[in-house]
Amino acid sequence: MKPLLQAEHITKDYQLGEVTVHALKDVSFEIYEKELIVILGPSGSGKSTTLNILGGIETVTSGSVIYGSLKLNKADPQKLTAYRREHIGFIFQFYNLLPGLTALENIALSAELSNHPLDPGKLLEEVGLADRRDHFPNRLSGGEQQRIAIARALCKNPDLLLCDEPTGALDSRTGVQVLKLLEGFCRSYEKTVVLITHNRDIARIADRVFYFKDGRLEKIETNPDPKKPDEIMW
Amino acid sequence: MPGFLLEMQLPGLMPDGGWILLAKKTITGPAFIENSLPNVYAHWGDFLSAMKDTLIMELWAGSVSFLIGLILGIVLTVTRPGGILENRIIYQTLDKIVNMFRSIPFIILLTALMPLSRLIMGTAIYVRGAIVPLVFGCTPFFIRQVEAALAQTDYGLVEAALSMGCSPLDVIWRVYLKESIGHIARGTTITAISLLGLTAMAGAVGAGGLGDFAIRYGHDRNMTDITWITVLVLVIAVSIVQTFGGWVAKKNTH
Ligand SMILES: Nc1ncnc2c1ncn2[C@@H]1O[C@H](COP(=O)(O)OP(=O)(O)OP(=O)(O)O)[C@@H](O)[C@H]1O
Ligand SMILES: [Mg+2]
Repeated sequence: MKPLLQAEHITKDYQLGEVTVHALKDVSFEIYEKELIVILGPSGSGKSTTLNILGGIETVTSGSVIYGSLKLNKADPQKLTAYRREHIGFIFQFYNLLPGLTALENIALSAELSNHPLDPGKLLEEVGLADRRDHFPNRLSGGEQQRIAIARALCKNPDLLLCDEPTGALDSRTGVQVLKLLEGFCRSYEKTVVLITHNRDIARIADRVFYFKDGRLEKIETNPDPKKPDEIMW
Repeated sequence: MPGFLLEMQLPGLMPDGGWILLAKKTITGPAFIENSLPNVYAHWGDFLSAMKDTLIMELWAGSVSFLIGLILGIVLTVTRPGGILENRIIYQTLDKIVNMFRSIPFIILLTALMPLSRLIMGTAIYVRGAIVPLVFGCTPFFIRQVEAALAQTDYGLVEAALSMGCSPLDVIWRVYLKESIGHIARGTTITAISLLGLTAMAGAVGAGGLGDFAIRYGHDRNMTDITWITVLVLVIAVSIVQTFGGWVAKKNTH
């Protein structure tokens, strides 16, 4: 396996008036192709900050992040936009579907941004919501909205799928459904998935688990026997 | 004037709250107007051209203000602190200018902008002379309406769009504008109605229009029927604008 992405000695400071918050303090890691990585850690430990840096929606204060030949820490906003467009899929805890677009239109919007998209209609089928194609988001349940949001992210056919607590607002049965989609994308499309969660059980599906604490990457655990989402319970 | 039939049904309110028909009368047009609205009849030509002047001022000043206001409202939204194209200098400058123009009474704008009006339109009077001050009076108000409309957009949607790789222009178009059509329609309605009020005042620089018509005849010469007809026309105009705006807003809300 070769590394898809390398982060070296990254730090991130936020200036809040007089106070400087050190959100990340010297974090280094590599992410390999086709990996499923779970990030665990207490609230405020820097998980989301790390994910946003990987996705190019935040920039580091120091250190470097390298994706292929692209140095994210040196790239200008246009380059970062192109990077997100080309390579990245994001999924959030809150689904952020455009309320004025139907389920299918929401997915198609992101397909438009990609130059190697998957078929929106087919993805809608894959997330099991083909019959909801013309419904607006406010008519869908939380779990259904999250599945649409996943279809929207997958439809770009991204190389790196970044998920920030995708099951955070869902009950465990709906959560497993969502994890199955994400895990399936990683395994069958052979793409890389990074997933933040507060739930230790979910970490059992990962190839590797990153433990964050107080702005540092405390340890990385390799999982010899990753489980299927069906096999874990919480 | 061509003759026409007007069927009048005059309702009255009963003490118990019910309606009854007080009178039903079919009248021929000219005769009816001649008898009941003698001054309107006598100045019919003026009345029509006053309506035309008001319409021209409303449409021209309204369209220009709509375009400029939409663009500047967007600029304020994206350059504000935390916005997608944050820019202190542009935001602060524009914000102050908008506030300044909003605090100047329109009647002062009318006279103060005469030189500018002469420069741009070639005259400071008539309908042509009123367009520039109307635009200056109306645009800042509309900018605030647009800003308020766009501020309703959930910032999570903006972040999601950015994270998908939408450029700032994509975000403006696909998220801010498309998701706010309903709110913008409401803001446009309010602005169009307040602009109608300004056009009435523009009569002061000799712009003509319904306000001028009502003052010259209705007030100055005590021709009450002219005042009433003017008010009626304006009420109808406002209702039409309101209904249309409401319809657009409703169609675009999910
Ligand atoms: N935009 C910001 N401005 C200021 N401080 C921030 C900002 N974003 C994050 N922080 C701070 O950086 C630190 C790390 O935040 P981060 O969001 O990465 O935590 P997290 O591990 O994702 O926590 P949670 O599990 O609660 O989502 C926190 O102390 C947070 O307050
Ligand atoms: Mg977080």
